[in-house]
Amino acid sequence: MTLRLTAGEKYAAILGLGGYRPRRVVDNAEICTMIDSSDEWIRTRSGIIERRWASPDETIQMMSIAAARKALDRAGIEAGQIDTVIVSTVTHFQQTPAVATTIASELGAKSAAAFDISAACAGFCYATAMADSFIRSGASRYVLIIGVERLSDMTNRSDRSTAFLFADGAGAAVIGPSEYPGIGPVVWGSDGDQAPLIQQTQPWNAALAWDPVAYQATQGDANWPTLKMEGNPVFKWASYTMAKTAAEALDAAGVRAEDLDVFAPHQANMRITDAMFRALKLPSGVVVARDIARQGNTSAASIPLAIEALLESGEAHQGQTCLIIGFGAGLVYAGQVIILP
Amino acid sequence: MPTTEEVRADLAEIVNEVAGVPVNDVQLDKSFTDDLDVDSLSMVEIIYAAEEKFGVSIPDEEAKNLKTVGDAVAYIERAAA
Repeated sequence: MTLRLTAGEKYAAILGLGGYRPRRVVDNAEICTMIDSSDEWIRTRSGIIERRWASPDETIQMMSIAAARKALDRAGIEAGQIDTVIVSTVTHFQQTPAVATTIASELGAKSAAAFDISAACAGFCYATAMADSFIRSGASRYVLIIGVERLSDMTNRSDRSTAFLFADGAGAAVIGPSEYPGIGPVVWGSDGDQAPLIQQTQPWNAALAWDPVAYQATQGDANWPTLKMEGNPVFKWASYTMAKTAAEALDAAGVRAEDLDVFAPHQANMRITDAMFRALKLPSGVVVARDIARQGNTSAASIPLAIEALLESGEAHQGQTCLIIGFGAGLVYAGQVIILP
Repeated sequence: MPTTEEVRADLAEIVNEVAGVPVNDVQLDKSFTDDLDVDSLSMVEIIYAAEEKFGVSIPDEEAKNLKTVGDAVAYIERAAA
């Protein structure tokens, strides 16, 4: 016999966005107590002036809940209407169960489908693509997506090429049915040949303790897994290969560069953002997200945090076209054009 | 074939656009790092732009040997020949 299928919605859009920034501000002077560097060197190489590092109580769960409540409130959606929760993180150290389940439960999305994904700095864009597809296929109606990281737990505090870069935070979005196409086609992929460019130094089972700061203080960095990165090849790949992917995402959505309002790439490094902007030949009037200056690189959380900042400051507005692109460890990447909520 | 001076002048435009170095400072005897204050990320951008501009391939292992403007111009001339 032929199975009956559910009918999906015609269009999906981001209905509300929310972020959580940890309380503790870590400036470059504090970073320079850990590595041999300077405020000027860090600013010119990365554009970072300060970053946020989470305190012990600002857990993956806690930051996710705070961001999600803001996103739900702004979307005008009750937690009970959420039927799917997708969390992208690489720094939830409890491998199972997925943190998405307890986040759904604490929010009150009691029976929502819930799972975590691992797509590093592309996680928010991967989750956006999945949510869009689930809603248009009829699998889901209201999807909560969250990008959340405590990268400070996996930062090698004596590595002068990355210690200043990584930071913590959460960004959430409620995606649901819409009267207009609010999420353009995703252009995504991976390149596992380049996996060694950004990766964890060793698997978790090599580590013996659970408190990264205390562990590193007593044992050094030898056994605690941290993130390591080959800066220059990653810079080249992110600036040029990803600019081509971003251009494809614009093209796929039928948006010309002159029709684009906002460019919100993953906040990896200000120099990458600048190089991508030049390579894409975007008009000077396009608003560019530069949240990294105050927030650092928060991986999956960086795009929603950056968009929230632009909306709150009035630099960007509801209804505008916004090009997002995430790229990172894997290497993985995904980009699409969205309509801002 | 462009002359050495033409390659230098085109490269100087690239260095100016990427790193803001005045075009006239980009002379053959200048070191990118020590004289022109070009950092490693800008060097990646300059190499990429030069590859596009001159239609040559400059592998990473070669790029790190290009210490002076003259090194880069000579490499581009050989690669384009």
